[in-house]
Amino acid sequence: MTEKKTTALNLTAEEFMHPGNRACSGCGLSLLYRVGLKALGRNTITVIPPSCLTVTQGLYPIAATQVPSLNVVFASTAAAATGVRAALKAQNKEHINVVAWAGDGGTSDIGIQALSAAVERGDDFLYICYDNEAYMNTGIQRSGTTPMGVVTTTTPIHGKKQRSKDVPAIVAAHNPSYVASCSAAYPLDFHDKIKKAIGIKGLKYIHIHCPCPSGWGMEEYLSIKVGKMAIACGLYECYEIEDGVKKLSGPSAKLLNKKKLTPVADYFKTQSRFRSMPEDLIANMQKEIDERWETYRNENA
Amino acid sequence: MKIIESGNVAAANGVKLARAQVIAAYPITPQTPLTEKLSEMVESGDMKAEYIAVESEHSALSVCIGSASAGARAFTATSANGLLYMSEQVHWAAGARLPLVMCVVNRGTGAPWTIWNDHQDSMSQRDAGWIQIYVNNHQQIIDTVIKAYKLAETVSIPVMVCFDGYYLSHTYMPFDIPEQKLIDEFLPSYHFKHTLTPESPENLNTVTMPHGRNDAEGAWRDGYMDIRHSHYQEMRQALRTFQEVDSDYSRLVGRGGDPLMATYKCDDAEYIVVVMGSLSNRMKDIADELRDSGTKVGVLSLHVYRPFPDEAIREVLESARGVIVFEKSISYGAQGQVFNDIRAALYSGKKRPFIHNYIIGLGGRLIKNDDLIIAIKNSKSKGEELDNEPQWIGLNR
Repeated sequence: MTEKKTTALNLTAEEFMHPGNRACSGCGLSLLYRVGLKALGRNTITVIPPSCLTVTQGLYPIAATQVPSLNVVFASTAAAATGVRAALKAQNKEHINVVAWAGDGGTSDIGIQALSAAVERGDDFLYICYDNEAYMNTGIQRSGTTPMGVVTTTTPIHGKKQRSKDVPAIVAAHNPSYVASCSAAYPLDFHDKIKKAIGIKGLKYIHIHCPCPSGWGMEEYLSIKVGKMAIACGLYECYEIEDGVKKLSGPSAKLLNKKKLTPVADYFKTQSRFRSMPEDLIANMQKEIDERWETYRNENA
Repeated sequence: MKIIESGNVAAANGVKLARAQVIAAYPITPQTPLTEKLSEMVESGDMKAEYIAVESEHSALSVCIGSASAGARAFTATSANGLLYMSEQVHWAAGARLPLVMCVVNRGTGAPWTIWNDHQDSMSQRDAGWIQIYVNNHQQIIDTVIKAYKLAETVSIPVMVCFDGYYLSHTYMPFDIPEQKLIDEFLPSYHFKHTLTPESPENLNTVTMPHGRNDAEGAWRDGYMDIRHSHYQEMRQALRTFQEVDSDYSRLVGRGGDPLMATYKCDDAEYIVVVMGSLSNRMKDIADELRDSGTKVGVLSLHVYRPFPDEAIREVLESARGVIVFEKSISYGAQGQVFNDIRAALYSGKKRPFIHNYIIGLGGRLIKNDDLIIAIKNSKSKGEELDNEPQWIGLNR
C-alpha cells in the first residue's frame, strides 16, 4: 500500500459524480464509484458494460458522472479498454487513466475471454470488478461468482449448487502487474489501491466484494455493516498480489493478530439469500475458513 | 508503383496508405494473409500503428470500437464465422456511428464447415447499418479501402469492403500502389466530433429512452427512434458522398469513376446480368460471347450494396427486356437478397423488365461458364413465364 493512507480527513472533497443518480439506496457500487473516481481524478476514461453501473451512469442525455465514459457491449469490456488505450497511445495521450469497470457477471462469465486476453497481452489499464455476487441489474440471477447455497431468481428454491469462481485467482494466474481485492465496506482501502494501481504499467485488476441490499435481501442501511461482517468472519479477504505473492491487506491484515474470527453463520443470518443454506454446508464453510486462516497465521508467525 | 501481389496484400497496402492507427484482428481463412501482412508492416516499422492480436473477432471489433471512440483511425478484417461472431459489435459500431473500415474476405458460413467463397457472410450483416461495398479486382481493393476511410469519416458510418475469398484474396494480379503523399492529401488525419477526452467529457452510447428527453439545460434531445432515423437518412445521403469521394480520389490518383456500380455494354442490352464481386470480370467475357451469337447482353456489377443505389440501378435496368441476377447468397425461405432488392427497385419504375434469380457458387461450388450461358439463354427463352423461385445452378442433382 501507499505509505500514507487516505482518511476521511484528507480524501479529496472534489466530486466526480453528480448527486441523485439512479442506483438503489444502500448500493455498495454507488459508494465505490464515487470514491473510486476521487482516486482516479478527472484525467480518466471509463469503459462500462451493461451492469448496474450503466444504470447508475444515467439515461441519455443526462450523465451521473463527470468523466468521459464509453458504454460497451457485455462481452467486450476489456477489449474495448484495450482499444481506448491503443488509441491514446497512437495520439500520444498516454497520461490518461483507462479504467474498465464491470460487474461480476460481466467479468467472471461473459467478459472473461476478453479479460483473459487483455491480461495475457499485458495491456495498460485498470480493470475493476464490483462483485455483488449475481446478475443484479437484470434482477438477481446466479452468476459465476454467486456463492454456493445462495438463493437467486435462477436458483430459487435450493440455492446455487456450485462454488463461486475465484476471479482474482484466475486473473493472477496470468501474472498481471497487480491484483487486489477490496470490500465496498472499506472504500478508503479501495481508494488507496486504485492510487497504487494507476501508478503501475500493464494490466491491474481490482476485485471488490460489493453488498447489494436489493439482491442480498437485507435492509438498505446494513450495506456497510454486512460488508464489514463478511471481512470480519474471514469469508472474504482484502489482499494484494504482486510478483506472484499474495499478501493480506487493509482490514484483513489486521485480522491476523486475532486468534478467532467471528462465526460465518452470523454473516449468513443477515441476508435472506442464505435462507436455504443447510446447516452442514455452513459448518463445512466455517471449517474451511478456520483452516485457511490458521495457515495465514502460521505463514505470518 | 505497380506490383504483382495478392488481394489480401492489396488490402493491407490500402490500410497502410490510409495510416490506420490501430489494427485489431483475429486470423480466419481466407482473411489471414491480410492480417499477417499488417502485423509484419507494423512490426518491421514500415507502418506506424498499434497492432492488437486479439483472442476473437468479437474482441477485434471491440478494440476498434474503443479506439475509434477515443479518436483513432482503426481497422479490422474478417471472414465468414468470424464476421458472425462479431455481429453484435457490427451493429454496435454502426449505431455508435464510428468511422471504421473492415475488410470482409467473403467466405461461406458454417455449418457444415466451408472455407470457400460465397457472399452469405456479409449478406447476413446487410441490415446492421454499415455501408457495404463489393469490389472486383485488386486495384479496386486497395483504392476502395482508402476511399472507404474518407467516406466513413465524412458520414460517420462504418464501411465494409467486401472481396471474394480466394478468387481475389489469394490470386495474384498487378495493381498500382498510389503515392503516400497523394493519399495524405486525399485523406488527412481526422478529428472525431465526439470522442472520449477528459477535456470535454461525454458519456457515449448511454441508455436512450424511446421518446427523447430533456437534457440538464432543459433542451429536448432525440429518443432512440430519432437517432435511428438520422442514421437512415445519412446512410441514404452516403450514396452521393461516395460519388464525391470517388471523384476527389480520381482527380488525385487518376482512377475511379464507377463508385456505385460498373456497367458493361448495358446501353443497348436486351438482357442485363447483375453480379457482385469477382464474377463480374468473367461475366463481361460471357456477354461478349453471347453478343457474338446475336444476344445483346450487358453486365451490371454492383459495388455499393448498402446504401442501395435503387435509382441508379433502375436507370440502367429499366430499358432492358430482362434482368438476370446471379447471386452467391440466399435468404433462406425467400430469394436472393440482391434479387429482391433489385426487384423492389424496379417496381416503382416506368417499365418493368422480367427478373430472374440464379443461385450460384455457394461454398465455393465451381461456377462454369457453360452453366452461366445456359442460364442466360434459359431466361431469354422463358422470359415472363419463369417464376420468381430462385434457380439453383451447378447442383449435383
